[in-house]
Amino acid sequence: MPTLTASKKSNRSAVRAGRPAPELILGDLWEFDPAPESADPKLKARYELFIDGKFVAPKGGRYFDSINPANEQKLAEIALAGPADVDAAYAAAQRAYDGVWGKLPGRERAKYLYRIARLLQDRAREFAVAETLDGGKPIKESRDFDVPMAAAHFFYHAGWADKLDYVAPGRKVAPLGVVGQVIPWNFPLLMCAWKLAPALAMGNTVVLKPAETTSITALKLAEIFQDAGLPPGVVNFVTGAGEVGAAVMNHPTPAKIAFTGSTEVGKIIMRGLAGTDKKMTMELGGKAANIVFDDAPIDQAVEGIVNGIFFNQGHVCCAGSRLLVQESVAAKVLAKLKNRIRTLRVGDPMDKNTDIGAINSREQLDKITRLVAAGVKEGGEMFQPACKLPAKGFYFRPTIFSGVSMSSRVAREEIFGPVLSILTFRTVDEAIEKANNTAYGLSAGVWTDKGSRILKMSTELKAGVVWANTYNKFDPTSPFGGYKESGFGREGGRQGLLDYCKLV
Amino acid sequence: MARLPITKTPKVYVGGAFIRSESARVFPITGFAGEFFANIPQCTRKDLRNAVEAAAKAGPGWAKRTAYNRGQILYRLGEMIEARAGEMADAIMLGGATPAAAAREVAATVDRLIYYAGWTDKYEQVLGNVNPVAAPYFNFTVTEPMGIIGVIAPDEAPLLALISLIAPAITSGNTVVALASSTQPYPAILLGEMLATSDLPGGVVNLLTGFRKELISTFATHTHLRAISAVVNAEERKALALGAADSVKRTHLRKAEDKHDWLADSAQSLEAIRETLEFKTTWHPVGA
Amino acid sequence: MLARSPQAALQRLFDEVGSVDQIGVDERVAKYGTRSIKKASKIQGLKLAASMVDLTTLEGKDTPGKVASLCQKALAPHDPELGVPQVAAVCVYPAMVKHARRALGRDTAVRIASVATAFPSGQVPLKTRLAEVKAAVADGADEIDMVINRGAFLAGEFSEMQDEIAAVVQACGDATLKVILEVSELETYDNIRAASFLAMRVIRPGDFIKTSTGKTSLNATLGNNQVMLEAIRDFYLATGVAIAMKPAGGIRTAKQALTFLVAVKETLGDAWLNNRRYRFGASSLLNDLVRQLEKEKTGAYQAPYYFSEAAESY
Repeated sequence: MPTLTASKKSNRSAVRAGRPAPELILGDLWEFDPAPESADPKLKARYELFIDGKFVAPKGGRYFDSINPANEQKLAEIALAGPADVDAAYAAAQRAYDGVWGKLPGRERAKYLYRIARLLQDRAREFAVAETLDGGKPIKESRDFDVPMAAAHFFYHAGWADKLDYVAPGRKVAPLGVVGQVIPWNFPLLMCAWKLAPALAMGNTVVLKPAETTSITALKLAEIFQDAGLPPGVVNFVTGAGEVGAAVMNHPTPAKIAFTGSTEVGKIIMRGLAGTDKKMTMELGGKAANIVFDDAPIDQAVEGIVNGIFFNQGHVCCAGSRLLVQESVAAKVLAKLKNRIRTLRVGDPMDKNTDIGAINSREQLDKITRLVAAGVKEGGEMFQPACKLPAKGFYFRPTIFSGVSMSSRVAREEIFGPVLSILTFRTVDEAIEKANNTAYGLSAGVWTDKGSRILKMSTELKAGVVWANTYNKFDPTSPFGGYKESGFGREGGRQGLLDYCKLV
Repeated sequence: MARLPITKTPKVYVGGAFIRSESARVFPITGFAGEFFANIPQCTRKDLRNAVEAAAKAGPGWAKRTAYNRGQILYRLGEMIEARAGEMADAIMLGGATPAAAAREVAATVDRLIYYAGWTDKYEQVLGNVNPVAAPYFNFTVTEPMGIIGVIAPDEAPLLALISLIAPAITSGNTVVALASSTQPYPAILLGEMLATSDLPGGVVNLLTGFRKELISTFATHTHLRAISAVVNAEERKALALGAADSVKRTHLRKAEDKHDWLADSAQSLEAIRETLEFKTTWHPVGA
Repeated sequence: MLARSPQAALQRLFDEVGSVDQIGVDERVAKYGTRSIKKASKIQGLKLAASMVDLTTLEGKDTPGKVASLCQKALAPHDPELGVPQVAAVCVYPAMVKHARRALGRDTAVRIASVATAFPSGQVPLKTRLAEVKAAVADGADEIDMVINRGAFLAGEFSEMQDEIAAVVQACGDATLKVILEVSELETYDNIRAASFLAMRVIRPGDFIKTSTGKTSLNATLGNNQVMLEAIRDFYLATGVAIAMKPAGGIRTAKQALTFLVAVKETLGDAWLNNRRYRFGASSLLNDLVRQLEKEKTGAYQAPYYFSEAAESY
């Protein structure tokens, strides 16, 4: 009778018998036809500023183009705000705070936020298409993640507006007043929701600047604010690049500043606000460690690694960009990871089957290209699947570097693209030390079957979010934010509201 | 002939040891009548750096102590001060406080420590929570100490204000490097002696004496200090905030120009503990 | 003794073959459902799925007439113009094998599969089970679908379970073997993965592992299909031995079948996208595949009564 050991032995010898190592054929025997999403994004040719409840032309009369990074075609013209426009936006926000929003009972503020959530759900597909066209992310992600999650944030925070007595135990809270916010281009609509929902629920009014490459969904959200009857001035959008952002951040009116973006810019903003006594929330960069132990459920870990670094082309501040694998399973994990990456579909973001879409801008593509070249130069072993990329538009193959040292640039700098660096470790302590050996501290992942080790790792990892046996999960109820140079303050959950109020 | 008393050489308490400034500099302080009282260490940037090293060494062990243990140690510190209340009141009176005011300050300091001793095993229950995410995950938010906290005490209430800034930070497992009142440093010298007998591990609280203008910029730019809790003037606030930007440091800067009632209950709070905490959220799938 | 307890034996096996996180698997397979299969790729997929069907009837009320009609459907699923391929096999009880052989004839590509080994419980003496296998093969069965001894597995008696499978392999002769794990009784993905490995180590290249009998509350799901596909992949990459896969029960719609095929494509690749390596154990699936092919051809949605009844009525 064959036994377990006997058959194992014979199998091993079969491989040893000089035959080539078995490989999977992850080919195109059954290829998928293009499956383009066809919903109408209902874009305007020109988007104005949204100030005091109205779309208004910029006082300087200047506009800039927003292009589709998937094909470099112009989508719309966006108003370029000047200092006078930012003044007008803040004046409107202050009027709205003093006159209406700051005085409105919480239960009434809640109803506006609920309405916004519902209207966004109504127009979900339209928003998803607009988001994908403007930012390059796969329609699958904007449809299944960005837009529903944005609606969920409004819905969740709506319910807090009349329950603020429960936010800070034993204390009453009050709104801060006018808040200035600047958000990045990686989750344009979702970041709008993350920033606006808690601020509005608490009773603040807002001036927000979207990223210059991705202004469209914010301005479409403004249409929803109009439909919802949100009082004029409660939310104001000013559009433009860095100098507009600086004007929003450095304006004397806001009592609080909230910024999501790079650590580099965050530090500039902090310097600019030094001496003003304004409250701040900073959600900055990351270089998260995703740690795989030898007893981990390997296939799910591989899935988590892929989700951790290739979600949204790696344009994610909490991306699991540093994979730390225990030496004994490193070869196995790498082999499985390569096979998984071979099945990723890179290309037209509007195709429903696309897993990795377009890089957000030429500038970002250049940065990724530069850092990857540095990785090659530093001796990392690079792997990219042999996928075809569209001729036009900004694309980058999913890329992994193995044999990377802790000191190499690809292991230390935030690349903000689909590039993974793989390092190995031998012991728990070594994993912790390597994971924490960074100025960042936004997130971390840990994969192991051992419960007590999960809790040990979760305790030791210096990061605001720890994903254990999962990665890149988000929820409006779950606070998000960093340790160390990844910023301060939290977004989401009860703790997120603490950053938009004062205790009285 | 009357016996000449032995006077004490004031030393600062750093890393569990009593030291002079590495610079060997001192500054004299006088009694209320203007008579010479003692020479106080005039600590330097290097002393501050050494204190941060000591705090870094002590931090992990302190943070790993059980909350119950930290509570007992804070309580013990209260006992030590209470036991030497008269001596401490005398130290406060050097700055001109009346005997009654000095006694009130000492008593309030002890009470403040007892207040925070009680919080060590409770703040987590109030500040953390489970989050009902819309997916099959168990998700919970807990707090963790930030690390090394820089404290800059105001000149007034030289004992009570200092403790009011230090105690909430160490309640959760942070370690502290504190600059005492420049004008009335002696109570901090005495406090060091009480810390040394309180079971508080060496390096958890490090007390420096000296001048703000010499040390503010180092407090601001030392990247290993993860937060600054200070009572400072406008110029100092700007300097601290500018330096903090370089390493995204958390700053909790109270205005020196405002009137602070350190004796009031409002000078102690759960929020003061929260200011030196990070929130950490962990996700785990719920499956079989 | 603790070391000999079923739990200890299972734990050692999990340590050896690796563990599975349930939520991770469920999230992975949810992504297959978002693949959008259109136009030519849809037609190709529908035809491929039809060619993989083990057209099944496993009812107490089966008769020679019912089996003959099933065989007819297997040979010619629909109007030849639509180009629906013949199915891979018919799947019947052992007593019906000879009737199926009579209906299909000797000269056919459609194979006869039979559920021997005291299907679905397997709870008779091994001797009886082996006799049943031999009888079915003698009557003309090309393939034998056996059930594993779940009791032995859960009790940690792995060699008993494997020895029984090996005995059935011997009894099969040239017939292909499909080993039914009965996943709903194994309950966890960890158990399904472990049982897959135990089975694969004693069967032959080209033999199958199969999810379920279709007689319990939970049958083939994308999740347990995925766990078994990954076990097959890992076994293949480690040994070079290619084991085939058959999800059975619960796959009723063309859309479901296409999603299962996406899982095969992205987990095992092109070498498994054929009916030697992948099958669907199903009865009503074939008609829905044909119905969708008709819709692709005409552009009109089709009423069910345009398609001849297979094993189950709509």
